[in-house]
Amino acid sequence: MKHGKYPLIITFLVPPLLLYGLFVLWPYLQAFPIAGTDWLGYSSDINFVGLDNFATLVRDGYLWNAVKNNAILLVLLPVLTIVLGLFFATMLNTGGRRGRAGVVGVRGSSVYRLVYFFPQVLSVVIIALLWKEVYHPNNGLLNATLRGIGLPAPTWLGDPRTAFWAVLAVMVWSSVGFYVVLFGAAMQAIPRDIYEAVMLDGASRWTTLRKVTIPLLWDTVQVAWIYLAIAALDGFILIQQMTDGGPNHSSDVIGLRMYNTAFGSETKFGYASAIGVVMFFLTLSVAVLALRAARRERIEYS
Amino acid sequence: MNRREILRRTAAAGLLAAPATGLLTGCALGGGGDEESGGETYVGTKSEQNPLGVKEDAPLEVVIFNGGFGEEYAKSHEAMYTERYPKAQIKHSATQEINKTLQPRFVDGTPPDVVNNSGAGQIDFNGLVSQNALADLGELLDAPSLDIPGKTVRQTLLPGAVDVGSYDGRFLVLNYTYTVYGIWYSTKLFADRGWAYPKTWDDHIALCREIKAAGIAPWTYAGKHPRYMSWPVIATAVKFGGPDVAKAIDNLEPNAWKSEAMKAAADAWYQIVKDGYILSGSPGLDHVQSQTAWCQGKAAFISCGSWLESEQKNVTPPGFNMSVAPTPSLGSGDKLPFEALRGTAGEPFMVPAKAKNRAGGLDYFRTMLSMKGAQDFTRRVSSLTVVAGSTQGVELPFGLSSVVKALDASGANGFNWVYNNYYRKLERELVDAACGEFFSGRSTPADFLEACQKGADQIAADSSIKKYKRA
Repeated sequence: MKHGKYPLIITFLVPPLLLYGLFVLWPYLQAFPIAGTDWLGYSSDINFVGLDNFATLVRDGYLWNAVKNNAILLVLLPVLTIVLGLFFATMLNTGGRRGRAGVVGVRGSSVYRLVYFFPQVLSVVIIALLWKEVYHPNNGLLNATLRGIGLPAPTWLGDPRTAFWAVLAVMVWSSVGFYVVLFGAAMQAIPRDIYEAVMLDGASRWTTLRKVTIPLLWDTVQVAWIYLAIAALDGFILIQQMTDGGPNHSSDVIGLRMYNTAFGSETKFGYASAIGVVMFFLTLSVAVLALRAARRERIEYS
Repeated sequence: MNRREILRRTAAAGLLAAPATGLLTGCALGGGGDEESGGETYVGTKSEQNPLGVKEDAPLEVVIFNGGFGEEYAKSHEAMYTERYPKAQIKHSATQEINKTLQPRFVDGTPPDVVNNSGAGQIDFNGLVSQNALADLGELLDAPSLDIPGKTVRQTLLPGAVDVGSYDGRFLVLNYTYTVYGIWYSTKLFADRGWAYPKTWDDHIALCREIKAAGIAPWTYAGKHPRYMSWPVIATAVKFGGPDVAKAIDNLEPNAWKSEAMKAAADAWYQIVKDGYILSGSPGLDHVQSQTAWCQGKAAFISCGSWLESEQKNVTPPGFNMSVAPTPSLGSGDKLPFEALRGTAGEPFMVPAKAKNRAGGLDYFRTMLSMKGAQDFTRRVSSLTVVAGSTQGVELPFGLSSVVKALDASGANGFNWVYNNYYRKLERELVDAACGEFFSGRSTPADFLEACQKGADQIAADSSIKKYKRA
């Protein structure tokens, strides 16, 4: 095998690395020099303006408003999604305790598993359209239900007090399914005898979850946290489709600001790249911090 | 490599691929700053038959915005072009994402010859003009019309058509359709109930009261694009204070948004908010949802442009008979009569400055602006063109014929504003947000005008945005 090793590695690694470099890394690198220019995107007329774009950015109230929203997402999206994901995954994998079956999911867990995954199959744009109709203030499913039980029916996406939260709810809804599957797969890897021992000791479901499942899933939770934090710093497609940042910029996010600066209401590619560079460093720092904060000793099963 | 390591590396890889929107700049700065790349390569000899000097076998590339009008009308114009230049190959394509599709080609210096720059993915004209990315179409205006004898193209156009596409006196953008902005209502609904369209503001409010009492919401609007409601407000102000009101706004004059006329108009319109004459839930509707509610008879009035009828074709009940009307007059002191309304050329077409077949692009426009081309367009998509008299002999649907009538009545009193073309961000983002607050009742008329003015001042102070002056 020794002789065949390098050709094999090269054949499998070089093409994807080249593609990755060309279509991911290279455009990223280009954004850095562009961020230092006043480029307007439709000619090769470019002037170097140093850090001017970053100076403008610091004073840009609309951008800070977007940063604030991303910060809220950064806290709430991972927390809500992971809590719900863990809860559902536990119920599906170790929630049922009837009879002598030992460690099983609740009744019908295979059906639930499938249902939770549905949103993951849909494209984000379709999710946005779907929920726009659910939130329709007069004909929507949600308000019809609220009216049916005699509750007030807000305008959801049309009110600055609710629009952002309404979109956040959709974000959680659409990502939970994936984490249910992710956590579920990790739970399957936990040796059954640990659970059986815990059951023999008479631990409640809550104690089992807190003292056994979560510690043993910590690696997976950590990865989930990073993915969700990255998703929280983005949020672009859903927001653009559902509210376009409105009403009155109340649901704006950095990605949308950047898009509108380059492609929407202006063509300031230089400034938009500066926003992109800031977003890059924000995402990077958040990921590094999340990795550091969640570091723990790994538990070996054998 | 243990599992943790793998997870960690995947996380790192995911991180790099992270913000899906991140750094969209793509192929970026193009041909190393080579100013001479691209440009006109096909030049023919000018003659009486060929006043623009088209090279008859030169290929022509046309990119159409695939929106409400579709692309069939363009294929028909292209066929008319190849009838005259049988050796010319036409490369036709249609997209909804004009900006993303064409941005790299502009930078490369290899743009198409004709671009229909429209829709949500429209490229901001301020950016294009300030970067000299557009060819001057002046030559086209002075060329003889293709099939209207004895007239130049300029003489065949409706008034205002050239102004709208002109930047600092250069005609750069051909706005092909003629759009009327007004207030729409169902003739059937009004006839059934015995209502008449109100000509004065007091009558309008009185009728709103009556409509509300009849269990119908007097108004609805697109809460997700509330700028639709800025149109009747500004129109009311222009009719009250004369066309200079709009000119001051277009020229970003200090406190243009806080003029007496704008104050009077904002105060008047605030009444429909205050008295609850707007369909509840409207702030949460987008344009399609609000227009649909209106077509279902849940609201009596809606503000829109004359594309409304074709946009609503699939959901309008038979016999609905939508009509357009001007905004009601504030009072007898109005400088313009009730009939005056905003008519403007829309649906922009352009020839990039670096188009290979610039003359072909201009001549393609000449084809579109021929009587035959214009009539074909109106017949296919039920919309007016900027070619005067091109509706004659074409059977128009109900709404469009009401547009023609309203336009005739408005005549020389018609007015327009262009700040939305000069400074796309001001209308699309800033005035839009201010309208959203105002018409949902979260701000007062004074707050509303203050917010608009703040937006205009912000544009005026931004040295990276080129300013234009409307004469």
